[in-house]
Amino acid sequence: MIREFGFPELLFVLEGARWTILLSALAFVCGGALGLAVALARTARSRALRWGATVYIQIFQGTPLLIQLFFVFFGLPLLGLQLNVWLAVTIGLALHASGYLGEIWRGGIQAVPAGQVEAARALGLGYRSAMIDVVLPQALRISLPATVGFLVNLVKGTALAALLGLTEATRAGQLMSNITFEPLRVYSAVGLVYFAICLPLTLWSARLERRLLRRG
Amino acid sequence: MTYQFDFSPLLTYWPELAAGMVQTLRISCIAMVAGLVLGIALTALRMSPSRPLRWLAVSYIELVRNTPFLVQIFFIFFGLPALGLRFDATQAAVLAMSLNCSAYAAEIVRGGVQAVPKGQVEAGRALGLGTADIYRFIVFRPAIRAIYPSLCSQFVLLMLNSSLVAAISAEELTYAAQMIDNRTFRSFEIFAVVGLLYLALSQCLSLVLAAIGRAYFSYPSK
Repeated sequence: MIREFGFPELLFVLEGARWTILLSALAFVCGGALGLAVALARTARSRALRWGATVYIQIFQGTPLLIQLFFVFFGLPLLGLQLNVWLAVTIGLALHASGYLGEIWRGGIQAVPAGQVEAARALGLGYRSAMIDVVLPQALRISLPATVGFLVNLVKGTALAALLGLTEATRAGQLMSNITFEPLRVYSAVGLVYFAICLPLTLWSARLERRLLRRG
Repeated sequence: MTYQFDFSPLLTYWPELAAGMVQTLRISCIAMVAGLVLGIALTALRMSPSRPLRWLAVSYIELVRNTPFLVQIFFIFFGLPALGLRFDATQAAVLAMSLNCSAYAAEIVRGGVQAVPKGQVEAGRALGLGTADIYRFIVFRPAIRAIYPSLCSQFVLLMLNSSLVAAISAEELTYAAQMIDNRTFRSFEIFAVVGLLYLALSQCLSLVLAAIGRAYFSYPSK
């Protein structure tokens, strides 16, 4: 029997959206931690570290997210790493995020005036303290608009988990479309769900950027 | 568990991979041009005096920029036939990519146009240039020049995103990879190599776009 796309079906998509949000948050936190390491390596004094971080960023920014996810989900198990779909998608998205966030924060770190680092050094602060207390707080503020902008991309990127069978909002939509035969309404609804998640973030990012520009 | 790497299936399927790369570049190039033209049109709409037109352009841009590309592809390929608009997979892919690209291009172009100082437009007017000439020489050329780098990275992203059209079985590089994977089960080797192929494609695309930029948008030498 063919069902109509009604309230229960919409609810199913909304439940899928819960996983979209959770997946985005997980990927952002894990990717952020890794991305910070990448950004620090990219601005390190050691040439080998800088080079390594550059290659890392090039790889994740120069290949499609879908191929990255396929590689983690289908490729790594052959090496004996048994990953369930949640773990695989989280790892894939976190690696992807770390490449982009690393580059965004690298820009932020380099945008902090050199005099700040020199002053911190002159005050006798070591690398750790100079970074944590002086450079990073300013760098993160400078790169906050771009960071929030990337978060929007990450939320949209979680849709690819649908192609690996994880039932987030898009996969929930596929399932509902298959049983209702109303793809137009279903995918409009799915699109609006993402829109409702992403638009506030986009607006926030734009506001942060304006504020940063005003301060100069 | 020990796994024996075997890259030989990739050699067997080399023609499929090469054809996939060509197809990826083809649909991406069409979408780039169409997306840029549509994007400029959207920017013009967005700056038009009519409020409904402006509102329409902004809603379109924000709707596209804040929904996943995959959902847009599904909407066009599975949803639009209900309205009588039927496309085959490749047509749907190119359409989705162009429409997606247009919204991002519009946002970038707007930034460039806004960056042109008002005084320059007024100076053009004072020199007796018509509106069309002012737009052509004073607004769009410098604007495109200013935004060219962002436009290029957007184009590279578009090429990478084209991998998603494999989800509706449009034939390109990722589709070829999936097909080879299904036949050989050499997932590790295949996705590693295809990742490198995409890396090569994106690097080449950046280099070519940068060369085009140097040829057309560099300031005339004194």
